[in-house]
Amino acid sequence: MTDTILSVDNLDVSFQTYNGVIKAVRGVDFDLKRGETLAIVGESGSGKSVTAKSIMQLLPKKTTMIDEGSITYENENLLNYSRKEMEKIRGKEISMVFQDPMTSLNPTMKVGKQVVEGIRKHQSLTKKEAYNRAQELLELVGIPNAKERMDAYPHEFSGGMRQRVVIAIALACNPKVLIADEPTTALDVTIQAQILDLMKDLQKKTGTSIIIITHDLGVVVNMASRIAVMYAGEIVETGTLEEIFYNPQHPYTWGLLQSMPKMHQDRSVPLIPIKGSPPDVSNLHDGCPFAARCPYVMKVCHDHVPDKEQVSETHSVSCWLQDERAPRIKQPDFTGGDHVVQTKTR
Amino acid sequence: MLRYILQRSGYMIVTLFIIVTITFFLMQLLPGTPFSNPDKLSERQLELMEEKYGLDKPVPVQYITYIGNLLQGDLGLSFQYEGRTVGSMIGERIGPSALIGGQAVVIGLLLGVVLGVISALKHNSFLDYGSVFIAVLGMSIPSFVFAALLQYYIGVRLEWLPAALWKDYSHSFLPSIALSVLVIATVARFIRTEMLEVLGQDYVNTARAKGIGEVVVILKHVLRNALIPVVTVLGPLAVSIMTGTLVVEKIFAVPGLGEQFTLSILVNDYSVIMGITLFYSALFIFIVFVVDILYGVLDPRIRITGGKNDG
Ligand SMILES: Nc1ncnc2c1ncn2[C@@H]1O[C@H](COP(=O)(O)OP(=O)(O)OP(=O)(O)O)[C@@H](O)[C@H]1O
Ligand SMILES: [Mg+2]
Repeated sequence: MTDTILSVDNLDVSFQTYNGVIKAVRGVDFDLKRGETLAIVGESGSGKSVTAKSIMQLLPKKTTMIDEGSITYENENLLNYSRKEMEKIRGKEISMVFQDPMTSLNPTMKVGKQVVEGIRKHQSLTKKEAYNRAQELLELVGIPNAKERMDAYPHEFSGGMRQRVVIAIALACNPKVLIADEPTTALDVTIQAQILDLMKDLQKKTGTSIIIITHDLGVVVNMASRIAVMYAGEIVETGTLEEIFYNPQHPYTWGLLQSMPKMHQDRSVPLIPIKGSPPDVSNLHDGCPFAARCPYVMKVCHDHVPDKEQVSETHSVSCWLQDERAPRIKQPDFTGGDHVVQTKTR
Repeated sequence: MLRYILQRSGYMIVTLFIIVTITFFLMQLLPGTPFSNPDKLSERQLELMEEKYGLDKPVPVQYITYIGNLLQGDLGLSFQYEGRTVGSMIGERIGPSALIGGQAVVIGLLLGVVLGVISALKHNSFLDYGSVFIAVLGMSIPSFVFAALLQYYIGVRLEWLPAALWKDYSHSFLPSIALSVLVIATVARFIRTEMLEVLGQDYVNTARAKGIGEVVVILKHVLRNALIPVVTVLGPLAVSIMTGTLVVEKIFAVPGLGEQFTLSILVNDYSVIMGITLFYSALFIFIVFVVDILYGVLDPRIRITGGKNDG
């Protein structure tokens, strides 16, 4: 038994559309260790959801092309699995929580039944036992009056409560991996914190490994042990939480950190947005995808893709600034460590 | 919920009353008289006949008499058939119409759903384009054209099914099929659109992410949600079936209500025209009412708001 439970290697995913081929994910590599929380951070459209859905194989078969790479779960390449085999993985081994709790529950099915459904698929329990188990799960995720709420429909729940239900569904069969795709983006700030706390709590109880996807570095601080920064379908930098916050190497990561509100920062100091917008993934040319927006761009960036360089054993980055011929530049100030200190002392 | 139903029933009665009134006065505007050969009748004979049927009284009095009778469930006497009540005529004719109409709905819903589901699941494939084409044809070509084609090819040329008349059960097939084409087409198109919409919803992925088999996902999560809005087209469909029977029954010589209706219009049989019009209206209003209730039963979101607003 290795300590890596899931690894994605050199994954390329593209979509056939009327406007040509969209290369949504390009050469994505990451490992998920047992019991850890890995965060994938990146702007809208950077390919985070596509990566997650390729692991679950929930992308539309007809238009999706997985041209290269492998997704290894417990030493098996999921990409070689048949639909039937995948059904045994989904929900039981790997579960997924989607972004918008308002739309991720079936509006015409009682909430309890939606939880029971997954339980009965993977565990040989009687109706009654599955029902009781579902009720326990709703209690576990903190839904008051779980017994009565089993018979309620999704529209009778608030957004935060719905996301708890979705989490209960995802955890129903004790999956080893939970992929949470922006689980709090659609929720109020106070509810966000509650949901994140719930996930942390449950992880402690069950030992599930979590991949949390977000565009908000703030969410990551309290959750993740490692971070992968994604840009235009590529992972541009990976490292531990400390490495990304204290010693970030990629100008895009710097940008993310600068655009993030700080705990102890004077409110008059403005946040600095990253200039420009993400590139059109259907029309990528050679070179680094961030070149067009990078304040430190060099000539080479436009022509050649940077290689992945190891900064430390756990920290890698793809950027020409790492090259020994590149000028040494002074990193901007992003007092990012703030957040980390906060959590560590908690 | 009960209050809601009562309230709706009240509206139904008011609507029906308005329809009675409008039809009654429109009927006065029809040219000609209900008597088959008024020219051959003497002045005195006509007077006697008009007196017998109450046509000599002023129109408002006739109207009040009619409403009075109607409240007692009496639709009046036929002008054309001596001594026959309109009620008994409808009762006699309703059977064949109900059979072919009912069969058309059943065939139409079944085939329409199947076609729509295939279309949506094989989106943008040859099958999809094929069934969209069929659906558009079915919706744009009137049912009497299909009736004529079916009668000629299946009935006369191939002799697979009886071409006309009403002797045994097999005589109901061709008229039912002719009527069902529009239902198939409408339902197929509707289901296809709704299925595609639902297939794009997050909760379908949630269901798949639980590991549930694709067939169950389609049946329990996608189709179930796609079917709800289809209920709303049942009302309009009922109307097109009713109007369809007028012509289709004529073509296949089915002794149904529609055929009686056309006959009665040709000879100005006022009371029968009135009676059948009222019957069709009442049926339609009732279907709309049932559809409304059904929608609430199928869609919990509507059920709850209905319950809150109406006590
Ligand atoms: N089924 C699909 N067909 C075609 N293109 C798709 C499909 N799914 C995603 N894409 C495209 O792939 C790119 C990456 O999308 P993805 O949903 O992974 O972004 P994301 O990082 O999750 O963004 P967000 O933060 O907005 O959720 C986008 O350009 C998107 O338009
Ligand atoms: Mg996304």
